[in-house]
Amino acid sequence: MKEQGACGLHCTKINNISVRFGKEQVLKDVNIHIHCGQLTVIIGKNGAGKSTLLKAILGEVEHTGNIKFIDMKSNLTKKIKIGYVPQSINIEKHMPTTVYDLFASCICHIPIFLKKDKKIYEEIKEQLKLFGAEKLIDKSIGDLSGGELQRVLLAIATKPTPNLLVLDEPVSGIDKNGIRDFYELVNSLKTKYDMSILLVSHDFELAKKYADKVILLDKQVIKEGTPEEVFSSLEFKNYFEEF
Amino acid sequence: MEAIYGILEAILPFEFIEYAFMKNALIAIILVTPIFAILGTMIVNNKMAFFSDALGHSALTGIAIGMVLGISNINISMIFFAVVFALLLNFVKNKTNYGTDTIISVFSSIAIALGLAMLSQSGNFNKYSSYLVGDILSINTTEIIYLFLAFIAVALFWYFTFNKLNVISINTTLAKSRGINTKLIDNIFVVLIAIIVMISIRWIGILLINSLLILPSASSRNIAKNMRSYHLFSAFISLFSGIAGLIISYYWNIPTGPMIVLISGIIYFITFGIKKIVKE
Repeated sequence: MKEQGACGLHCTKINNISVRFGKEQVLKDVNIHIHCGQLTVIIGKNGAGKSTLLKAILGEVEHTGNIKFIDMKSNLTKKIKIGYVPQSINIEKHMPTTVYDLFASCICHIPIFLKKDKKIYEEIKEQLKLFGAEKLIDKSIGDLSGGELQRVLLAIATKPTPNLLVLDEPVSGIDKNGIRDFYELVNSLKTKYDMSILLVSHDFELAKKYADKVILLDKQVIKEGTPEEVFSSLEFKNYFEEF
Repeated sequence: MEAIYGILEAILPFEFIEYAFMKNALIAIILVTPIFAILGTMIVNNKMAFFSDALGHSALTGIAIGMVLGISNINISMIFFAVVFALLLNFVKNKTNYGTDTIISVFSSIAIALGLAMLSQSGNFNKYSSYLVGDILSINTTEIIYLFLAFIAVALFWYFTFNKLNVISINTTLAKSRGINTKLIDNIFVVLIAIIVMISIRWIGILLINSLLILPSASSRNIAKNMRSYHLFSAFISLFSGIAGLIISYYWNIPTGPMIVLISGIIYFITFGIKKIVKE
């Protein structure tokens, strides 16, 4: 992954995303603009459609609306590369999938059950190193701690360097310090590489500290702006009052 | 075929190998057990053991429908029905929020009931009851060629799509973000399982076929540390149980299918013990 710093000249536009599950409208006309080098944090209650929005962006759930990636210098629309960090993955203790196995199946076509490919192995190690996780390469993914797993997943999501990095903040198996480390890592990615970051968060305190922009979501965008604007807004207070 | 028989007789100087049916059975086992072992690794990873079980049960319905429609080659109607059944099951599974095991159970029960009812009504049940336990010693040369083709198909599919299947099994959304067509690959996977199960069911039996898919991989999973050893151990355990089961069944006069499953079962408990000692 090449360090190039954010140029601020790329922009991801999420236009009019609407999702329906049967009769239920899960998302309605969600519009979000994200600039490279910006951390946009989405907050909202359970069932507010946060994860569904991520799935719509990744094309996993049917939706209307579109996602455009625009180079503002040339004003051209390009094909967007999205990196994704899931909230949790399907793992069991001692399962026979190592970090190498998972990583290699994401980035190459050489079947991982045949043999370890030296070149790929080195490439993966190099990438893991950026996240301080190179020692984990031969460990079973079922045996990693919550924090270790997040590092590995981040390493995978950022290879190749995406235009948009989409993260679902981990909620289980990771302690308060672990979550803070996670935010630190995300924050350093933002400044080092030219990518936009979209994060679904459950931690207001950290969102306040690290976010450049906060979006309060409840089936539609209720309020957006800087952390100060959103957290002090009337909409925010009304929304979370019933809590 | 004659050449293969010659080789088998040369390398295996035992009494049992003199019979053509034993030679055929041995070749069939050498072909079919690695296929099952390899497909099994992903079935176990994806917690689809119940799914493949239901698929096996749908064989009866496939036979019955074939009888009613007057299709002369019963294999075709079995495979056709199983493929439809697998795709339908996959579709419903993705559409609802109910527990997958409940849905599979509903489908499986209906398939068995429908199959039994239709076969009994037409008075054909006794004719096909042998499908319940299977008989590997009845396999013929044409059927071995089918198995060989299936072997090639699975090997090719595994070579080109295993990495993708692996990512899908870890997290579907992650797979989607890597540009993988998750639904298509998942559907091809279940169709392939359906076809393999149906062409093998006559020799292994509806009641036992799932154990052949699950046990070797489940055993291997106990002791394997990565995907390479997972596949290797699974294939080896499967092949070993198959060959040992065939030979023992010959000398002790026990049906082959149950013997193979018993051996895999014993191996499962041995690996389970190893796991307890080594990994924990």
